[in-house]
Amino acid sequence: MSNVPADLKYTRSHEWVKSLADGTVEIGITDHAQHALGDLVFVEVPDAGRAVKAGEACAVVESVKAASDVYAPITGEITAGNPQLAGEPEAVNADAYSAWLMRLRPAPGALAAAALMSSADYEKFLAAEG
Amino acid sequence: MGRQTPLFKLHQELGARIVDFGGWDMPVQYSSQIGEHHAVRRGAGVFDVSHMCVVDLKGPRVREFLRYLVANDVAKLKLPGKALYTCMLNERGGVLDDLIIYFLTESWFRVVVNAGTRDKDLAWIRRAAGSFGIQVTERDDLAMLAIQGSDARAKAAQLLKPADAQAALALEPFVGRELGSWFVARTGYTGEDGFEIMMPAADAVPAWRKLNSLGVASCGLGARDTLRLEAGMNLYGNDMDENTHPFESGLAWTVAMEPPERDFIGRAALAAIKKSGSPRKLVGLLLEDRGVLRSHQKVIAGAAGEGETTSGTFSPTLERSIALARVPAGTGERVQVDIRGKLLNARVVKPPFVRNGKALIGVTS
Repeated sequence: MSNVPADLKYTRSHEWVKSLADGTVEIGITDHAQHALGDLVFVEVPDAGRAVKAGEACAVVESVKAASDVYAPITGEITAGNPQLAGEPEAVNADAYSAWLMRLRPAPGALAAAALMSSADYEKFLAAEG
Repeated sequence: MGRQTPLFKLHQELGARIVDFGGWDMPVQYSSQIGEHHAVRRGAGVFDVSHMCVVDLKGPRVREFLRYLVANDVAKLKLPGKALYTCMLNERGGVLDDLIIYFLTESWFRVVVNAGTRDKDLAWIRRAAGSFGIQVTERDDLAMLAIQGSDARAKAAQLLKPADAQAALALEPFVGRELGSWFVARTGYTGEDGFEIMMPAADAVPAWRKLNSLGVASCGLGARDTLRLEAGMNLYGNDMDENTHPFESGLAWTVAMEPPERDFIGRAALAAIKKSGSPRKLVGLLLEDRGVLRSHQKVIAGAAGEGETTSGTFSPTLERSIALARVPAGTGERVQVDIRGKLLNARVVKPPFVRNGKALIGVTS
């Protein structure tokens, strides 16, 4: 059974979103996603200042097996890519919820408009996905 | 659901992730692909390779038949048990499959072909065998385990009775022999020492459990692929296929053009290619920038032109990305690879990248 913390929001493409006190959000991939990918060996995060649209591919996680895109869950501007992951991609496997990939400042109204799931809904989504 | 080997239920019990591989349900990894890779480089691992197709060829003219069927020359096989790696070609010189041939007796050779090409190969072999009076028997009754790594032979020998263990440990590289109902060969696909053991299907599960109890790690096809690529070994369907010939696939060493009077399928086409020179070659690439090489990425070789990666991965041993690539013959030492629109620098190197646990390619970080 995957680890799905109750205080985060989730996407159908297996990103998690955490709201930070300063109004920005932190984004990573879920425990389910890291498990499905296997050992990560390369993570490419976006540069600060990049404008992204919800659903846009903006980071890449590569395991030994394959490369996968990570999508912006919310329209906005990237405020930071996690610099730790260049040297330590395996941090995502070790703890998918502390190894954030990027921080983003949502555009006005974008957070409310984003298609995010609660932890309960994400768990149901995972169960349905098999 | 695909075909299953005699070990399928055990793989599930051991928590393997199962994927389709050439129509077979096979374990791709048990826990960590990189962990399994290192287990083989540093100790010993066991792979289920029962999906590979073992075929016995019998008849008084079997050696003559094989000298016609494949590009390498089984006349090199003089010692019983000796193995030969070879390509089986079509008339155009394209590679139908790569296979291992064991010489057992003058009237009995054993070949091992890839799972994904099984039906095509059998049809081809049967068609060619007709006029030689060869009896072609698929050995579906056998399972095959590959036990690989520096400790692999010593561990695997503990599966055998003392006298057989001694005989197995005395095998030279690339030689096999029958020991009771098992066939033990000092071969593999990882760049490490080890055995491949063919055994009656019913023996496979107890053998695997015993190996686990001796500290031999269960390893999936994922680790097998990174190990073979580090070892610079081709994968059929990736690095060569029916539309590529051995000379542009790093396999010239497996083609015996001597003696000139030996006729084999594809010989005329290869002779013509050899005369004019192959315009492409297969090389190793070591990525100098950060990223991961995969198959089918474009390789830019400056004035020499462009090529393509045929296999690529992250090398757990080198902690860099490596690939095999088919590039123009005039390609120099430096190329660029297009990864998602970015041009990354790579160095052209001669495989293998890793052998017997040691990096053979200098990596400066």
